[in-house]
Amino acid sequence: MSTLTAPMPSSALDQDWKKVLRWGLICGGALIALCLVGMPVELDRREIIERYLSLGYVSVVLVPIAIGWVSASQVVLEGFESRKQGLFDLVTGLVVGVIGGGLLSLLMVALDSWNLRDPLVNWSPKLFRFLTYENGMGFGAGAWIVTCGVLGLAGASLHVMPRAVRRIVGIVTLGLLSLSVLEEAVSDVSEGFGLEWLTDLIYAKKGGLTLTSTIVVGAVMVVIAALTNGRVKAVTNRYRDMEGVERQKASIILFAVVAVLCIVLPMFLGKIMNELLANVGLFLLLALGLNIVVGLAGLLDLGYVAFFAVGGYTTAVLTSPNSPWFAPELHFGFSLIFVVIFAIIVGLVIGAPVIRMRGDYLAIVTLGFGEIIRLLFMSDWLGPYFGGAQGITNVPGVDLGFATVKGTDPRSVFYLVLFFCVIAIYVSWRLQASRLGRAWMAIREDEQVAEAMGINTVSAKLMAFVVGAVLAAFSGAVLVAKVGSVFPTSFMILISIIILVVVIVGGMGNIAGVMVGSFVLIGVLGGPKQPGLLQEFQNFKLLIYGMLLVFMMLKRPEGLVPSARRSRELHQDEFLQDAWLKGDKPGIDDDADDEDAAPVPVGDGGGEEE
Amino acid sequence: MSLLEIRDLKITFGGLDALSGLNFHINEGEIVSVIGPNGAGKTTFFNTISGLVAPTEGDILFEDESILGLDPSTVTSLGIARTFQNVRLFPNMTILENVMVAQHCRTSQLIYGALLQTKAFKKEEREIRERAIEVLEFFGHRLVGYRMDQPAFVLSYANRRRLEIARAMATQPRLLLLDEPVAGMNPIETAELTALIGRLRTEWGFTIIMIEHDMKVVRDVSDRVVVLDHGVPIAQGSYDEVSTNPDVIEAYLGRPVEANR
Repeated sequence: MSTLTAPMPSSALDQDWKKVLRWGLICGGALIALCLVGMPVELDRREIIERYLSLGYVSVVLVPIAIGWVSASQVVLEGFESRKQGLFDLVTGLVVGVIGGGLLSLLMVALDSWNLRDPLVNWSPKLFRFLTYENGMGFGAGAWIVTCGVLGLAGASLHVMPRAVRRIVGIVTLGLLSLSVLEEAVSDVSEGFGLEWLTDLIYAKKGGLTLTSTIVVGAVMVVIAALTNGRVKAVTNRYRDMEGVERQKASIILFAVVAVLCIVLPMFLGKIMNELLANVGLFLLLALGLNIVVGLAGLLDLGYVAFFAVGGYTTAVLTSPNSPWFAPELHFGFSLIFVVIFAIIVGLVIGAPVIRMRGDYLAIVTLGFGEIIRLLFMSDWLGPYFGGAQGITNVPGVDLGFATVKGTDPRSVFYLVLFFCVIAIYVSWRLQASRLGRAWMAIREDEQVAEAMGINTVSAKLMAFVVGAVLAAFSGAVLVAKVGSVFPTSFMILISIIILVVVIVGGMGNIAGVMVGSFVLIGVLGGPKQPGLLQEFQNFKLLIYGMLLVFMMLKRPEGLVPSARRSRELHQDEFLQDAWLKGDKPGIDDDADDEDAAPVPVGDGGGEEE
Repeated sequence: MSLLEIRDLKITFGGLDALSGLNFHINEGEIVSVIGPNGAGKTTFFNTISGLVAPTEGDILFEDESILGLDPSTVTSLGIARTFQNVRLFPNMTILENVMVAQHCRTSQLIYGALLQTKAFKKEEREIRERAIEVLEFFGHRLVGYRMDQPAFVLSYANRRRLEIARAMATQPRLLLLDEPVAGMNPIETAELTALIGRLRTEWGFTIIMIEHDMKVVRDVSDRVVVLDHGVPIAQGSYDEVSTNPDVIEAYLGRPVEANR
């Protein structure tokens, strides 16, 4: 195979100026949008490194670095000898940064000259002060142009530096940032282990790392990063290459470690962290249920919150003494039986009419049903039974005899949620590899053919709907026992959407993916009402959710931890190409007619091979 | 006794008669080919039998019972399986799964068995797997071995056709409907599949209705040939009878030609 050479620029100034200008404008636009959204000013309160750097500046500074990196990256084509990156790319990054900084300076001039606060709420003197470091227009504008230029250069230089160095820089930056941003969580954890002195040492009194600790921790991280270089990858690769008994053994050990961590860790965690874990668990439970409906059976259900509400209200009515119409004050465990029954009934009632629809129509109708259920609970008509907008309060916790699970003790709630999550994971795992799971997959692939192959699609789809409904209802029941009350406003449509985002970002159809998705989105960013680790981002949560979703759809549609099947599906061409390049025929195919794994268009009716 | 009998079948798509007045029967153990020019209504005929299209008039009797108005899945569970003209596999399921899922209507385990991993569930899963492999092995080494765990989309065109037949076989039918089984195959593959179709009857005991354009295949395997044109059966009989029938020649070529063709 002859190697072709990519076109080489003759000098560092021989840039594709159109491209550079485009990225520069994107950089400037992103910076301005960020400022006008109000993120920097709001986040300015939070110190990263005491007195030197605030989260507000970090949020601005990251933009030119990221865009510098992107603009200087080159497309590497198979069979082409790629250009060695160097001065040329540094110039690209620098110019992009300078253009971006220039646009930001223009914003400052505009901020200074006009008052546009009416349409743009964040067009404020505060933003101006933030941008100029309270040092006047001239200084601010000049400083930002220089800073952005340097940062663009820094972003581009990531391509130039050797791999190992790049890795160390990345780990240290990310490590310091997260150590500082997660200050509250870190101190909560170290308190549990009796290590308060350590946190006192690292963090300044008013929050943020101290300068000395930054340097020390940074140095420690450099050492760690240098030592672990290549090791992590080697271990994961070894795990991946294991087969049979060995693999099983490793998996059991891995599982045991996770199990022990889940049981032991909460004992050492404080209230905040346990509360957070309990919330993650509640959403994980929902996401696992939705994963069965959407990920396995391919039914895009946007009204999933309805079942969450049914579980919540059933528990509230049956256990609370304040239930307005019927208050048997059952025990939580006993009420669970009815939760399951009602979830199945509602699943069937909603499912039966909508199940015959496909794709987008199903999504829209379920969206409607989700709202209908909430409005029913809210309505005056059912008010005498479910309390209308006042909801049902005074729901008791779960009395286990030796302990009571309730919201004031988040640790116990976490264990309760953990119990249900384990059930949900088991159910998903077992069903996936069963006759029913295969039928769901077939329906997802081609419903008409599935039916022609003898699968009763209506009952199989209803079954998926009902299993999902029961899991969601469990989550609702636990939520109500945790919070101690239930209101129609707890079941907004937003929850359906967020759970769907969790499933998509995590990795549709994959249990591990859904778990990672819930930790990343609910744990780090926070749920619709629940705070996450990054509490500062509370107001920008939905913005970040949206950005993340768009980014994932463009760059990694199979999710963070994809199921093997789904990533194959979304990257069919690459998969075929790999199989073909590897020469996927270990000697058993002698017929000339076999052309498996050759890139044949899928579903094409025409005769390809004569 | 006929295994399948069709009486006065008529299907109208908004004024167009896709099929009109079709009478047809097939006996147990027969191989019947349905031929005809494009648009003659052959695939519509299959779609009607398998329950995907409802006829306007007429009746379809399978083992002397009407199967009119039944769901496609019920028809399949009664023992009629089919393949599709434009191969329709489950491309992202593995080859083994494609065949396993087709045994859905012959098996019964639901949520309960899967969750508790009951003995019956495990036994059934094992049987499904064994039967799937047995069916795949019918096609030689092509679909078994390391390939079973590969997604169906990696298969070559010919192998996709083979897998589709395997999938239909796995539903354990009595009547197999093959829609252009050798379309897109080269002469060697065609000859091989022709032999396999014969074995489907002798070894597996299937009764087969086949739509095919390749006259060599039609001649080699079929007991009887039915010719459709514009939804009307214009000839019926052995291959030799049909191939010299002037109506048939006219339907294909539009005008009479020298008879020694």
